Amino acid sequence: MIETRNLTVSLGDHCAVRDLSMKLGSGELVGLIGPNGAGKTTLMRALLRLIPCENGEIFLNDKEITGDPAHFHAGKIAYLPQGQDIAWPLTGRRLVALGRVPHQSSWSKLSAEDDAAIDAAMELAQATEFADRPVRQLSGGERARILLARALAVGADTLLVDEPTAALDPYYQLTAMEALKSAAKQGTSVCVILHDLNLAMRYCDRLYLLSQGRLVADGKPQDVLSDANLKSVYHVDVARDAQSGLIVSHHLIG
Amino acid sequence: MALVTYFRTHPYSLNLALALCLGMVMFVGLFLGYAPVGIVDATQGLLGIGEEQYVFIIQDIRVPRIVLGALVGGCLGTAGAALQGLLRNPLADPGVIGISSSAGLGAVIAIYFGLSSVYAFSVPALAILFAIGSMFILVWLAGRDASILTLILAGVAISSLAVSLTSLAMNLAPNPYSLSDIVMWLLGSLSNRSYADLALSGPFMAAGLLLLFGSARNLPALTLGEDTAASLGVNLGRLRLQVIFGSALSVGASVAICGTVSFIGLIAPHLVRPLTQHDPGRLLLPSGLLGALILVVADIAVRVAPGAIELKLGVVTALLGAPFFLWLIIYTRRSMR
Repeated sequence: MIETRNLTVSLGDHCAVRDLSMKLGSGELVGLIGPNGAGKTTLMRALLRLIPCENGEIFLNDKEITGDPAHFHAGKIAYLPQGQDIAWPLTGRRLVALGRVPHQSSWSKLSAEDDAAIDAAMELAQATEFADRPVRQLSGGERARILLARALAVGADTLLVDEPTAALDPYYQLTAMEALKSAAKQGTSVCVILHDLNLAMRYCDRLYLLSQGRLVADGKPQDVLSDANLKSVYHVDVARDAQSGLIVSHHLIG
Repeated sequence: MALVTYFRTHPYSLNLALALCLGMVMFVGLFLGYAPVGIVDATQGLLGIGEEQYVFIIQDIRVPRIVLGALVGGCLGTAGAALQGLLRNPLADPGVIGISSSAGLGAVIAIYFGLSSVYAFSVPALAILFAIGSMFILVWLAGRDASILTLILAGVAISSLAVSLTSLAMNLAPNPYSLSDIVMWLLGSLSNRSYADLALSGPFMAAGLLLLFGSARNLPALTLGEDTAASLGVNLGRLRLQVIFGSALSVGASVAICGTVSFIGLIAPHLVRPLTQHDPGRLLLPSGLLGALILVVADIAVRVAPGAIELKLGVVTALLGAPFFLWLIIYTRRSMR
């Protein structure tokens, strides 16, 4: 469970997030959407205290954590950044095992519980087949799956995921969203940044729509992704499937 | 190949094998040198029960030299591995990023101003101080999320500055004897080292190694970058200081003992990395052991090489290391594509 109250974050002179209040309950899959430069990633990094907040508060499980250093609360919040670079060609399983670092005491080996969490995460992210392969040899989409497994393996109460579907083919886009959904079903608060609005509409319980650092709309996906909102924030007209309401195509206004 | 697979899956076997090799090479080193000493005399000398001259040669000349060689190699190998893990960069090395030349500058200043003859302690102290200072400049120059290129360039800049200041000291040397003292010391050698040197630098090396080995648990998390490492509970500020201070202490003390011996920190981790499944934490101990092994072997080679003038240890490791570094750059560039 994570919450912000009137959060303002600046990057240099640029105010990236303005006066933003949001709340993720446990078991919720919440989408963070908005055009490029809306402040989505900055908000996530601020939640992790990787960048300082100028104003406002952050609460984790009803406890204020605004000023705590980034390495505090490890194991309670898991983070999967976008386009992650992997420095060494570890094997898939060793990489996923990094997710267990917060649970290991110094020098200790993986416990049976760690092993079980790693196996479950790899299965959920459909990455089991890469267990023994050096991650450098994997394709972009395969890496994305193993990295998702790494984030799931933490077993945190709150999971922050930045564009997990960007490199994935249509099939694995769905399996990645299913994995996040089932993590949410197990009680995790999941916050996911998405550019695919249809995936957001189909999988998320609620959406927060950001534009220029401000919260424009929040609520049920159908309400947030209204024609008017898409027009004002994304500057596109959309054509929808009459039955499902899903977006069939989008084009420039006019 | 079967052995390689076994080493990969059994971390202790690799360390054990390297330690055994190191022990063997150190023992062989006892009876190789200018004065030939047979294996029986060497063993008796080691135990202090043989003829007096052999006891003296083995215990007072060869043992400190070999032990110091192993320690220096161990420090260089471990520091190289830890720096590579911290900087996420296989080209990092105490020499390449300027620790060694800065430590060398500190030691030369101690020699140049005659501090070394008044306080023997001043050589390791200044070497370590300069090594730490250079690392702060490096971190400041390269910034937090430095690219490989920025880091190497910053290291090159620091290295050149240290080398040019060292040259200035040589330029201004008051007489040819002190000049030759500095030059001979800079070339790197383990000859005529005693227990006093061990007592002087040993504690710094031990402290540095402790700091470095303490970082082993947190280095793997850095594989995924600093943001993810922080989210996994790694205190990045502390880890950075730990590795930088650890390297500066151990390498500074090593340079104080035997001058600048380069490239061990680059070669050793690179050779054992595939055997540790590229795990930056598991890499530290085998890198240290292999570094020790390489340096002891190189020192034996220096001692048994024919010729009237003894080759300097630093010259030998640089001759081996520089082509290796070149190959490593080409190889890394190819694998990064």
